[in-house]
Amino acid sequence: MSALLRTVDLSIAYQRDRPVLHDVNLALDGGEFTGIVGPSGSGKTTLLRVLMGAIAPPKRQGRGQDLWQGQIQRRPGLRMAYVPQLETINWDFPVTVFECVLMGRPQHGAHMRATPTERTEVMTALDRLGIAHLAGRHIRELSGGQQQRMFLARALTSQPELLLLDEPTSGVDITTRHAVLHLLADLNDSGIGIVLTTHDLNGMAAHLPNLVCLNQRVIAEGPPADVLTAPVLEATFGAGLDVLTHLGMPVVVDSGSGLTSGGQAHD
Amino acid sequence: MTDLLTTLFDPFSYQFFVKGIIVATISGALLGLLGVYIVLRGMSYIGHGLSHAIFGGFAASQLIASSWYMLGAGLWGVASALAINSVARRHRIGSDAAIGVVTTASFALGVALLAKFGNRGPSFDAALFGSILGISQGQVWALIAISAVTVVLGVLGYRALLFATFDPDVAQASGVNVARTDAIFVSILSLAILATLTVIGVTLVAAMLVIPAVTARLLTQSFQRMLVLSTIIGSICGGLGMYASYFANVPSGTMIVLIAAGGFLIALGLGPAARRREASSAEAAAGLVSGPVRA
Repeated sequence: MSALLRTVDLSIAYQRDRPVLHDVNLALDGGEFTGIVGPSGSGKTTLLRVLMGAIAPPKRQGRGQDLWQGQIQRRPGLRMAYVPQLETINWDFPVTVFECVLMGRPQHGAHMRATPTERTEVMTALDRLGIAHLAGRHIRELSGGQQQRMFLARALTSQPELLLLDEPTSGVDITTRHAVLHLLADLNDSGIGIVLTTHDLNGMAAHLPNLVCLNQRVIAEGPPADVLTAPVLEATFGAGLDVLTHLGMPVVVDSGSGLTSGGQAHD
Repeated sequence: MTDLLTTLFDPFSYQFFVKGIIVATISGALLGLLGVYIVLRGMSYIGHGLSHAIFGGFAASQLIASSWYMLGAGLWGVASALAINSVARRHRIGSDAAIGVVTTASFALGVALLAKFGNRGPSFDAALFGSILGISQGQVWALIAISAVTVVLGVLGYRALLFATFDPDVAQASGVNVARTDAIFVSILSLAILATLTVIGVTLVAAMLVIPAVTARLLTQSFQRMLVLSTIIGSICGGLGMYASYFANVPSGTMIVLIAAGGFLIALGLGPAARRREASSAEAAAGLVSGPVRA
C-alpha cells in the first residue's frame, strides 16, 4: 500500500547548526493510530506541523533553503484535519460551537450562512460526538472534554483520512483523558488514521497501538511493549527511566526519583 | 407640536448638515464593521497609535505644499498601518508592540520636522479632528466606494477571514491563504481609515474602530451577530451623534463618541441578560435540528 504521507530523510533547523529534526523517515499508510512521544524541545510539535503543512519548505531559492533537507511526500488530494492544543485557543473569541465546527467546511465561496447540507453535516458531526445539544453555546461554556470533542467534530466535517492532534490530553482530567482515548479508538476503527503527540507516557502513550519515540531523530518505532524500554527511553528523554509491567502493560517510572536522591525529573 | 417638529427637522434644512449626517452614518457603519476584526485581533490600540503616526505625515507633507497636508496625513496613516502589519507578521512580535514602535517613531519624526522647519500650513487640529462640515462631494463618493468594496470583500472572504482571525495555523493548514487574507484585510482597513480620517478626524476613527465592536461583543457570543450588531451600532452612533451635536452645540466628533460610550455603558448592563437569552434560543433551535436533546 502506498503511503498517504511520508517524510524522507527530513532534516529541519530554525537556525544553522541547530537541527530540530534530523533524518526523520516516517510513513503514514492510513488507518494507523500512532503517538509521537518525546521531551519538550524534541521536535514533536514541529514534526506534527510539518505533517499538517503549517510549516513548509521555502518556495524560493535562497534564504532559509539550507535549513531544509529531505522531502515530504503527500498523496495528492489527501484529506487531513488538525486538532489544536486547547491551550492555544482564544476562548474569549465570539464563536458558538456551531460556528466553530462550521470552520471545518471549505473556506471559499461567499457563504456567510451555512447551507442546509452544511448544517446537516455539522449537526451530524456534533451528534456523533454527543454534543449536538451544545451547538448554540459559546465555546467557553464547554468543559475541557467537550471542547476537545468540538474540535474533533470540526475535524470530522472535512471527512479526513488522517487526523493529527497536538497534545490532545494535556490539561484535561483522567476521566476526560479516558473518554478522548476511547473516542479516538472508535474513529480509528472507522478507518481514520490518527497521529498525535503526547508527553504522557503512562496515561496516553502506553495505550496506543504504535509509538514513535522522537528526540530530533527517530529513536524507535513500534508497539509500546517493544519501544517503552529503558534504553530507548534513556535515549529519548536523556534521563534514567525504568519500565515495569502492570496487567500486561508497560509502566514507566523515574529511576532514583525524588528530589532528595538527586534524580532528574523527566519532563 | 408643529413648532417641535420644525425644530427637530431644522438641521435637515442645511445641506451641509445633511451631508454630514450621511457621512457620519456611513463612516460609523464602516468602522464598526472593521472594528470587529480590529478588536478580535488585539489591535484596538491602532486607532490611537495612528493619531500619533499621522502627525509625522502631517509635518512632512505640509513642508511640500500646505494644501496637501490632509492627503499626506492620510497616506502616512495607511503606510503606518501596513508597516505595523508587516513588522508584526515577519518578526513574531505582537501587534500591540508593533503599533507602539511604528506610531511613536512616526510621531517623533513629525515633532522633529516641525521643530526644524516650523509650521507652514494649517493647524494640526484639522487633521486630528477632521472637518465633517467641510466635506467635498469627492470625499463622500470615495467613502461610499470604499464602504461598498469592504462589504463585498467582507462577504466573499467571510469564512477565510473568520478562520484566519480565530485560528491562523489551522486555517493555513486547511487551505486558507492566511498571509494573503491578512494583507487584503490591512489594505482595506488602511483605505477605510484614509477615507474616514480626512472627514471625521483621527480621534473619531480611533473611537469608532473600538467602541461599537466591544459594545456588540457584550451583547452577543456569536461572530456573525457581532458583525451585524457592530455595524448597526456604529452607524446609529455616527448619525445620531451628528444630529445631536446640532442641538448640543458641541463638536460633532465629541457627541458621536459620547453617544457611543453611552451605548457601551447600556450594553454593560444589558449584556449578561442578552447573552443568556441568545443561548437559550440557540439551544432550542439546535434541539429542533438534531431531534431529541441528549443529556
